[in-house]
Amino acid sequence: MNFAATLRIALLALRVNKMRSALTMLGIIIGVAAVIVMIAVGGGAQARVEDQIRSLGSNIIMVLSGSMTSGGARGGAGSQPTISEDDAYAIGREIEEIQAAAPTLRGNGQVVFGNTNWSTVFYGITPDYLEVREWAVIEGRGFEPAEMNGAGKVALIGQTVARNLFGDASPIDQVIRVRKVPLTVIGVLDRKGQSMTGQDQDDILLMPISTARKRVLGAAMAKSRSVSSIMVKVRQGQDMSAADQRMRELLRQRHRLQPGQDDDFFVRNLSEILQAQEASSKVMALLLAAVASVSLLVGGIGIMNIMLVSVTERTREIGLRMAVGARGRDILTQFLVEAVTLSLIGGAIGILLGVGGAMAVAELAGWRTELSGASIVLAAGFAGAVGIFFGYYPARKASRLLPIEALRYE
Amino acid sequence: MAGTLIRVEQLAKEYRMGSNVVPALQGVSLEIQAGEFVAVMGPSGSGKSTFMNLLGCLDHPSGGSYWLDGEEVSQLSGDELAQVRNRKLGFVFQHFNLLARTSALDNVGLPLLYSHMPLHERRQQAERRLQQVGLAERMDHHPAQLSGGQQQRVAIARALVNNPQLVLADEPTGALDSRTSIEIMALLQQLNREGITIVVVTHEHDVASFAGRIINFRDGRVIQDHANQAADAAAMLA
Ligand SMILES: Nc1ncnc2c1ncn2[C@@H]1O[C@H](COP(=O)(O)OP(=O)(O)OP(=O)(O)O)[C@@H](O)[C@H]1O
Ligand SMILES: [Mg+2]
Repeated sequence: MNFAATLRIALLALRVNKMRSALTMLGIIIGVAAVIVMIAVGGGAQARVEDQIRSLGSNIIMVLSGSMTSGGARGGAGSQPTISEDDAYAIGREIEEIQAAAPTLRGNGQVVFGNTNWSTVFYGITPDYLEVREWAVIEGRGFEPAEMNGAGKVALIGQTVARNLFGDASPIDQVIRVRKVPLTVIGVLDRKGQSMTGQDQDDILLMPISTARKRVLGAAMAKSRSVSSIMVKVRQGQDMSAADQRMRELLRQRHRLQPGQDDDFFVRNLSEILQAQEASSKVMALLLAAVASVSLLVGGIGIMNIMLVSVTERTREIGLRMAVGARGRDILTQFLVEAVTLSLIGGAIGILLGVGGAMAVAELAGWRTELSGASIVLAAGFAGAVGIFFGYYPARKASRLLPIEALRYE
Repeated sequence: MAGTLIRVEQLAKEYRMGSNVVPALQGVSLEIQAGEFVAVMGPSGSGKSTFMNLLGCLDHPSGGSYWLDGEEVSQLSGDELAQVRNRKLGFVFQHFNLLARTSALDNVGLPLLYSHMPLHERRQQAERRLQQVGLAERMDHHPAQLSGGQQQRVAIARALVNNPQLVLADEPTGALDSRTSIEIMALLQQLNREGITIVVVTHEHDVASFAGRIINFRDGRVIQDHANQAADAAAMLA
């Protein structure tokens, strides 16, 4: 019996019981759609974290000013400036595992160009900062050594700042004012997107750390060496926690802390936090897909149920087919093709619904979804497999009937 | 078209019902020549259907041997029996056994599906047979849209579509009125004249009177086997 004929018989049998076929398919439709939507949602969450890791740069440890204990009352992180530019240089110089340590001075304020203005955060940095964050200047140039040492009146701006102050015009060589200090824009930074905490990382202005200290942040800062934070990049392949440990020891030594005394700084292993987030989002994605595949399984059981009913109902038909020459394997193929057809049609509808559903979730809930071809192929393959797996038992049952008993069946 | 088509020797069949053994057929030996028209008669429960099912290769005997067209079919496997049924046999049942919601044409073409005939040839053959049984106008009708007599004609067309040597009919007129019964018998007689061997099971002497040989069963045994001066069904209708 050729395949086209078998397929025709299957379609005919499914058409005879339209309503029943549709309801049976519904299980597969919902299962496949759910798998696709869930994989898309899980994939979206994962892709978001991966983007954040990429935008942060890899192997990043952050050192923040800690609390100074004064008379038993302890301040929060950054309440006192306890870390200095020199701590950063010492870390970079003395710890083997560390590729670069970038001290930053943070501030915020109004940036003015002509009659437009924009409120943003600015950082005083050293060139190490761009290295640590793996951040490129895509237009113009970076800071020159002379500008670094001599508190040059120059700035790099992020995409958001560039767009808000200059629109489509080129910002290069334009003079802007930050807290009334005129700075020349020498470069524009590459796009970074959102940070872990959902902040726009492109809403930023960078200037040499000497400029921030001496010209912009005011008299109180001018004489100090303190910094807001140090961003440290651990060399590729080096153990992050070992670097972390050695850095703590170095800082305690430099700050002359006695054993038993609390650290006066905080260390945040950002990459580790993100990696943990990534791992958990992976588990989440897997869990979602697993839950969704349970519904696919239930759909498969539905198919098996209906096929069993169908085999019983059509026992006389099976007997007749056998009487006119159908062999057991012809009957087996017929019912198997019927089950697989049912599940594949259901699968196809489910894919359409799943893709639509993932788009709707992205549109309505504003979640990021990631539709992957692999998940669609997987869902389709799974639907077919469900058809074969759950169709096999009823089909075999049909094929094992004895012709005479099937013909006599009431 | 001469020669022995069917030879059975000590053919036996018993049904086991738990510890009970029902001997439905107890050692039947006979021969049927190619081209014969045989009627099988006997009281209810005498083993007629059991005998027919064995002749039709639908069931395995529990004892004895059966040669069909020179081949010992009592030794064949299930798949081989399916092939024998497909190539050499045609069946007509009391309750027609047509596929519901399937056109007369597709019903008739069904056996050819299992002999791997391409669709258009299948259609052609089925059409020819429907014409032969006088239902050319009803090809697209479903069984539910046909009378009992017409349904049985479709079933006969289906039995003929694979050019069988032997047509087996178990009470083919059992569900029909007497005039329609005669029509069906006329059709079978016509086929027999064309060379097809026919075995019919019936309760009715009127129906058996159209056969050239009548075999009587009782308690799973042949008690009488005699030639008969066959009446002409077509002439009775005229
Ligand atoms: N599948 C079966 N299981 C058990 N016993 C059976 C089975 N089929 C037939 N028998 C028994 O075998 C005997 C012969 O049955 P069979 O159907 O051959 O009779 P029959 O001559 O065709 O009768 P009828 O004229 O009523 O159709 C009966 O006693 C019947 O009860
Ligand atoms: Mg009977």
